[in-house]
Amino acid sequence: MHMADALLSPAVGATFWAGTLATIAYCSKKLKENLDEKSIPLMGVLGAFIFAAQMINFTIPATGSSGHLGGGMILAIILGPHAAFLVMASVLTVQSLFFADGGLLALGCNIWNLGIYPCFIAYPLIYKPLTRNNPGNGRILFASLLSSGIGLQMGAFSVVIETLLSGKSELPFGTFLLLMQPIHLGIGIVEGIVTAGVIGYVRTVRPELFESVPSSRPLAAGISPKNVLVTFVILAAITGGALSWFASTFPDGLEWSIEKVYGKAELPEKDGIVSVLKRVQEKIAFLPDYAFKKSENEIKQEGAAPSWPGVDMGTSLSGILGALIVIGVIMIIGVGIRAVRRNKS
Amino acid sequence: MTFDKEYFNIGYLDRLSYRDTVIHRLDSRAKVIATTIFIITVISYPKYEVISLVPFFIFPVLLITLSDTPFKFVLKKILVVSPFAVFIGIFNPLFDTRTVTLAHNALISAGWISLLSIMMKFALTISAAILLVATTSFPGVCNALQRLGIPAPFTSQLFFLYRYIFVLMEEAMRIVRARDLRSFGNRGTGIKVFARLIGILLVRTFERAERIYEAMLSRGFGGNMPSMRQFRFTISDAVFVFLTMAFFFALRFYNITEMIGRLIQGITV
Amino acid sequence: MSHHLVVFDSVFFCYPDGTEAIKGVSFRITHGESVGIVGANGAGKSTLLMHMNGYLIPMKGSVIIGDLYLDKKTRQEIRKKVGVVFQNPDDQLFMPTVFDDVAFGPLNLGMSEEKVRERVDEVLKTVGCLSLKDKPPHHLSAGQKSAVAIASVIAMRPDILVMDEPASNLDPRSRRQLINLLREFEHTKVIASHDLDMILDVCKRCIVIKEGRVVADGPADRILSDRVQLEENNLELPLSLQRL
Repeated sequence: MHMADALLSPAVGATFWAGTLATIAYCSKKLKENLDEKSIPLMGVLGAFIFAAQMINFTIPATGSSGHLGGGMILAIILGPHAAFLVMASVLTVQSLFFADGGLLALGCNIWNLGIYPCFIAYPLIYKPLTRNNPGNGRILFASLLSSGIGLQMGAFSVVIETLLSGKSELPFGTFLLLMQPIHLGIGIVEGIVTAGVIGYVRTVRPELFESVPSSRPLAAGISPKNVLVTFVILAAITGGALSWFASTFPDGLEWSIEKVYGKAELPEKDGIVSVLKRVQEKIAFLPDYAFKKSENEIKQEGAAPSWPGVDMGTSLSGILGALIVIGVIMIIGVGIRAVRRNKS
Repeated sequence: MTFDKEYFNIGYLDRLSYRDTVIHRLDSRAKVIATTIFIITVISYPKYEVISLVPFFIFPVLLITLSDTPFKFVLKKILVVSPFAVFIGIFNPLFDTRTVTLAHNALISAGWISLLSIMMKFALTISAAILLVATTSFPGVCNALQRLGIPAPFTSQLFFLYRYIFVLMEEAMRIVRARDLRSFGNRGTGIKVFARLIGILLVRTFERAERIYEAMLSRGFGGNMPSMRQFRFTISDAVFVFLTMAFFFALRFYNITEMIGRLIQGITV
Repeated sequence: MSHHLVVFDSVFFCYPDGTEAIKGVSFRITHGESVGIVGANGAGKSTLLMHMNGYLIPMKGSVIIGDLYLDKKTRQEIRKKVGVVFQNPDDQLFMPTVFDDVAFGPLNLGMSEEKVRERVDEVLKTVGCLSLKDKPPHHLSAGQKSAVAIASVIAMRPDILVMDEPASNLDPRSRRQLINLLREFEHTKVIASHDLDMILDVCKRCIVIKEGRVVADGPADRILSDRVQLEENNLELPLSLQRL
């Protein structure tokens, strides 16, 4: 479910990073404003808790396969949305660095997908209203099933959207959707059961924890559903606006690509050093025109849509040849440095 | 992967990051910036690009060798890591069946080319991310983020998380071992037991947070996490950032691989 | 030197769940004294220690540290005078590197960065851990952790050093090093522990707590050789005295 760098275009990656960073800044500000200083260590250790808990496997009933915990809902229930979002973001950051889950550019998307929906939609709009007034275990189970399920569905949908907007995958929208949503329905149910089980257990063993934690205090949890919705509409508008701006400025998603340069450059079929140098010259001369070309693209968006490289026989052959040489050189450099260093030490 | 394996894997990566090499000594901000630019450059290539991606492997290779990071470790990490990109990419050959002439009579479907491109980007970006930690250490990365303008509540959260990951993983590992020693087959590893385990871990986590808070208070904690500037951005850091940037941009705008290929063709023909 | 004084005057404390942890404890510790606090599990040792830096406030009676009565207003000030080393160094060392951790207290005291650096080097040298400065705490051995935990507390230059089971989880050699270290300190020391040999080595005076009350208070060698009284408190003679 983790989005990966390799499937992203810079525009989509950057847009979601922007959204994620804005939310981090917003939550940090909120926390600073009504800080319970006790929650600083609590948040930190809870992050480590989620991290550790995610590493524990369990058997999913009737399937024999194993699952693990996401944790967004548990965090939101314990800490309230703002703190929970920061904790979730930190957990995903550590994962992307230590497990390389997804990669660093995709981290923005992953924090968005796994943080925003449980913390700012599923918890305040679904779980919280359903569990008012000292609910029983059945109520908690229902609420966490519903909120985990919806949170994960939205996350999975986001993954589909991000992938499609990036245009690196050939999967048609419908197929992709059919692939992602049912899987995450299953994951959501498991997540809901675990969340309810954990919350229920802690409520019976240490009921006072839920009285002292920030989420039960009005300030931290005092987000009205209306505010959340309004914020979301605004965020969606900004995101959409940014995306369409990118899309119109750079027709193939910031890929101000070399193949476009090729297309115009009309590669000479002649080979040889002279022609290479000539091409270099052409390209250097070409770059100043770039801004002009961009606006041209804007006008005829249609024409730039399929990013099919100028694969003709000449280029691909020399390309493969060049690639082999580059690989060879890189290997020699690597082995060479290693050998020199070994001799030194 | 089993819990123990993952735990020791992280521990290993963490230990790698505290060594002392040319790369480790660079300022953390320099490495964060260079890595970011690297990833964005690699990702900015269109989906059928394979050839021009090849020279970018010099970046991870140089980092690996200059920082004495075991090559096998990075390779293993790349292979093990989340299969999502592969899972999605594998559909490209199915849906994109237009054929391209590769050379003379060799035909290949475009989907395979874009899959290969995804895999290469995958290897490049993932190795860059792993090498960033392996050569900078996690607190180093956090320090860089803090000084690059990420809000303090979030970075102090990262510091705390990092500090207690290992402590809590050990605690979780003890609980898991106790479970696994007393459960047979799938019995005892089900969802009910799991929820209970997590619950126990959570309660212990709360108690630990209490004790930490107490320890913080007794050392004068008043709501703000103090921080200190510890690293300096030196000329060599600036040079490193500048060179890598220049190199990536050169690669991005000139198809160096192809040029070399043509050069060789020109010589041999 | 009255400002290094610790006075408990019929202190009473009850937890929210109704456990009466301390029921009228009184004692007086003067400047430079080293006092061991011993007693069975659950006798109230930890609760007692938590009063010394104002984490808990007595419900009845009073605590005087130096020249301050402990209450909500003075506890910040009292925390500067009393350094507490907690039982589990993993809870005590909460910063990502040894340096950050030792610097945490001095920075909170408002010292300049220059001074903090000096202070960190100085105290790490004192506990023999200067080479560990840039390591993260989870790379340290248990002995190193407890040494750094002590460093992080003495970096604030407290007048009074309070420790809860400082030697638990240490191998014999690390424990010996810790004891030697503690003997060098001239602070007023209060150490709660089940390790009676260590108390005997480090402390001149010993207080026995039972069910929230002081049942014995006097020279350590006398109290720790009283087999009957020790066994009444789930304790036994220190090994070094058993051989005699």
